[in-house]
Amino acid sequence: MLTKRIIACLDVDAGRVVKGVQFSSLRDAGDPAELALAHGRAGADEVVLLDISATYEHRSTLLDVVSRTARQLFIPFTVGGGIRCLDDAAAVFDAGADKVTVNSAALADPALITRIARRYGSQAVIVAIDALRISHDDGMFFGVKATGGRHSTGRDATEWAMEAEKHGAGEILLTSIDRDGTRGGFDCDLTLAVVNAINIPVIASGGAGAAEHFVDIFRDGRADAALAASIFHLGLAPIGALKQELQAAGIPMRWPC
Amino acid sequence: MIAIVDYQAGNLASVRKAFDHLGHESAITADAEAIVRADKIVVPGVGNFEATTALGGPLQEAFARAIDREIPLLGICLGMQWMFESSQEAPQLRGLGLFAGECEKFPAEVKSPHVGWNRLQLRSASRLLHGLPEGSFVYFTHSYRAPVVEATVASCAYGGSFSAAVERGQLFGVQFHPEKSGTAGLQLLRNFCEL
Repeated sequence: MLTKRIIACLDVDAGRVVKGVQFSSLRDAGDPAELALAHGRAGADEVVLLDISATYEHRSTLLDVVSRTARQLFIPFTVGGGIRCLDDAAAVFDAGADKVTVNSAALADPALITRIARRYGSQAVIVAIDALRISHDDGMFFGVKATGGRHSTGRDATEWAMEAEKHGAGEILLTSIDRDGTRGGFDCDLTLAVVNAINIPVIASGGAGAAEHFVDIFRDGRADAALAASIFHLGLAPIGALKQELQAAGIPMRWPC
Repeated sequence: MIAIVDYQAGNLASVRKAFDHLGHESAITADAEAIVRADKIVVPGVGNFEATTALGGPLQEAFARAIDREIPLLGICLGMQWMFESSQEAPQLRGLGLFAGECEKFPAEVKSPHVGWNRLQLRSASRLLHGLPEGSFVYFTHSYRAPVVEATVASCAYGGSFSAAVERGQLFGVQFHPEKSGTAGLQLLRNFCEL
């Protein structure tokens, strides 16, 4: 049986993991390469590295981090943040990433998805969608935000996911801006709406705070994978213990691994 | 020297990295001569079956010579599908036909592509899978699959059974990505290196 995936995310700024970490075994808890390996050993099914600064000056630092991480990591490794063109993606793949995420640049130019997919395969292109609940007179819809959640696009998250799939996206990384950082649980309604609209896997993100949130997003949100950052770094939910709890709840997990 | 065949079907860096990690020398190449001279050959690849067109011409002859000389050949993902007769994905093309059968789409009742970690169901003794326990988890990402055939040494269940690993003599194929399958995958690649 295909298992549900638990994905550990590292937010990196200027070559350092920015959120607090509690891995006592690490020499340097801010080093992305060391943390990625620790997550892998702990049972993460994949590791995502998001370059949150994504500035031109930091690009070579990022590529160095990607290549140091990739050298030792033998599970799927995704890199995102600041990928604006095929050359940006190529540099990250050359450094050792297996997949890239594209967000704002794909919104501006959906053909970018196709260009990367044609060269590296659809499985290597994840379209990241930052979504927000927006109320209007007739109810609400899930709107898409660009540029790290700063700009409204007026687009509907479900429609954009369908379009991204058509352009060749291999997976969707769906972040709820409403829930991000709250540790109050994933947005199951948002995730289910997108899962029902497309045929490619959906990675739910934003709001992870406890094991039951993962049960909910897999069971009610029908997510294929769930991504979290701070709860793993802070040791609030060690991945092994989380996977055992999910397994006990009947969610298929890669455990022991 | 292990030749990793580059036919512009995806990123081969991770396969190379895995061999580096295991301490075995490998080279990414599209040169027929390098393939003929190699001790072992790996054909990775992702994407559409059409991409295997690039494996025709002078490369095809190099493969034929290597297979005649019983050089170990490992196809990964699309590389394994190319070792079968054909694929519904590009019915006008022929594969190498080293294994019988046609690659087909997943049935409509399961989500496709099949992406993520799934279990190996061991079916018969295998040099490639030596030391891998029954039920080992490995990482898949594919939209087409090869049928279970006589040479199938491990299958996987997703909308029915399909070939996860095939083996006959010095010919090997895996549908999953050993370079991305943690310790189980590294064990498989080590087995291949030590053939």
